[in-house]
Amino acid sequence: MSKEFKRLDGRKVEEIRPMKAKVGVVPNADGSALFSFGETIAIAAVYGPKKMHPQHQQDPEKGTLRCNYNMLSFSVTDRIRPGTSRRSTEISKITQWALEPVIMIEDFPNMVIDVHINILQANASTRCAGINAAAMALAHAGIPMKNLVSSVSIGKLDKQLVVDVNKYEEDWEEGEGATDIPFTFTNDGKLTHIQLDGKITKEQLKEAVELAKKATQKIYEVQKEALKKVEGL
Amino acid sequence: MDKFYTTPEIIGERIKKYLKQGKRFDNRKTEEFREILVETGVSKNAEGSARVKIGNTEVIVGIKMSVGTPYPDSPNKGNLMTTAELLPLSSPRFESGPPKFEAIELGRIIDRGVRESKFIEFEKLCIKEGEKVWTVFIDIYSINDDGNLLDAAGIGAIIALKNAKIPKYDSKKDIVVYGEWTDEKIPLSKNIPLSLTVHKIGESLLVDPTREEEDVSEVRVTIGSSKEFISSIQKGESASLETEEFSKILDLQERVWKDIFKKIEKHLK
Repeated sequence: MSKEFKRLDGRKVEEIRPMKAKVGVVPNADGSALFSFGETIAIAAVYGPKKMHPQHQQDPEKGTLRCNYNMLSFSVTDRIRPGTSRRSTEISKITQWALEPVIMIEDFPNMVIDVHINILQANASTRCAGINAAAMALAHAGIPMKNLVSSVSIGKLDKQLVVDVNKYEEDWEEGEGATDIPFTFTNDGKLTHIQLDGKITKEQLKEAVELAKKATQKIYEVQKEALKKVEGL
Repeated sequence: MDKFYTTPEIIGERIKKYLKQGKRFDNRKTEEFREILVETGVSKNAEGSARVKIGNTEVIVGIKMSVGTPYPDSPNKGNLMTTAELLPLSSPRFESGPPKFEAIELGRIIDRGVRESKFIEFEKLCIKEGEKVWTVFIDIYSINDDGNLLDAAGIGAIIALKNAKIPKYDSKKDIVVYGEWTDEKIPLSKNIPLSLTVHKIGESLLVDPTREEEDVSEVRVTIGSSKEFISSIQKGESASLETEEFSKILDLQERVWKDIFKKIEKHLK
């Protein structure tokens, strides 16, 4: 793999866009956080654990993690219709699956933890930014967790793997085009989420896994630093 | 989903115990599918259709086409719409009403498997650039759910596409003459994408779960791939995977892919 590959925004292939992480952005919530990769900005708010309503949805064995991913209508260049779409329904569920392994959800029978993720500004990798914000918001809310999770997208532009794809790269058309592979890892290297769209060999996908693992370590540090700034945590 | 219909924990424990010794209730090996039966042309009015049975699991996939306007970002390309409906007829678990997550996800996974592999040559489905293009609808219906609807739908989609014919189009009146077909088939690439799902139960990896096995599955990874390339992946359920396990899943899928492709190849000519 050539390290000289030129990315339009001048980044090195393994370089993540400037990250920003901040906790406590929604004072009303039990926990909240903002996470951004460059121009992609996500905020997440956690409400709960609280009693699950309607009552028939209560699970007497463990709590329920309920995630809701939503893009603001003006977060992209072509306005998107407000409300849920098939895409947002799927991402909400994927987010739940990505977070659940680290949450001690069994401590909260009959309860629900609501995680609301909103994308304020989108420049690709929105689900990853959303998951990163949500993990921080859950920690901020004091939900017992075994670990944090960190999410990043690996792109394959023609034949080149890059870390943290932006919109321009996501729409890459030269050569083999773009392959987008969002990953979520726990800090101890367990994979809790992967999706893939595009075209890649098995061997190169295994390379992408290692790249993602390394990148999520860096994201973890940013998340941790932001959480440390919260008083009383 | 109603708790009443899920697999009892005691059966789940037994499934795991068996799998530890590499055994399954129906005597299959972990990498072995149930019998696959394929029938094409199940609906005369569809542009193409297929019925796929994997053991007792059955789906019907139909292809319809219509002429519409292209999306602004792809003025010279046809469109694809994939939807799945989990019919109440096919299981006491499914209820009528707006599509729930399972149906949405099923449709989206199959959509991405077909779309990302570039199986359909969308440029050739353009009638007039920026104005008129063909839209291909892949509609998936469950007829009987005994686990692994995902793979049945994936197999059904490619076979239905493969035997679909383009309907006649009257360009003067700008209408599709439904019920009459040209001899033209939907333009498809030679790289046939097949999406197959690997499940993890306990420490075991397996394919083609029955309903009971699927209920106790901790992780599933659906991989859409053609001979050389992987073009779509979706990990489902909330357990995590070690990196080595994920590598094993990729290798396993590759082996099973070859086996299944051989079995259904004759329907893809």
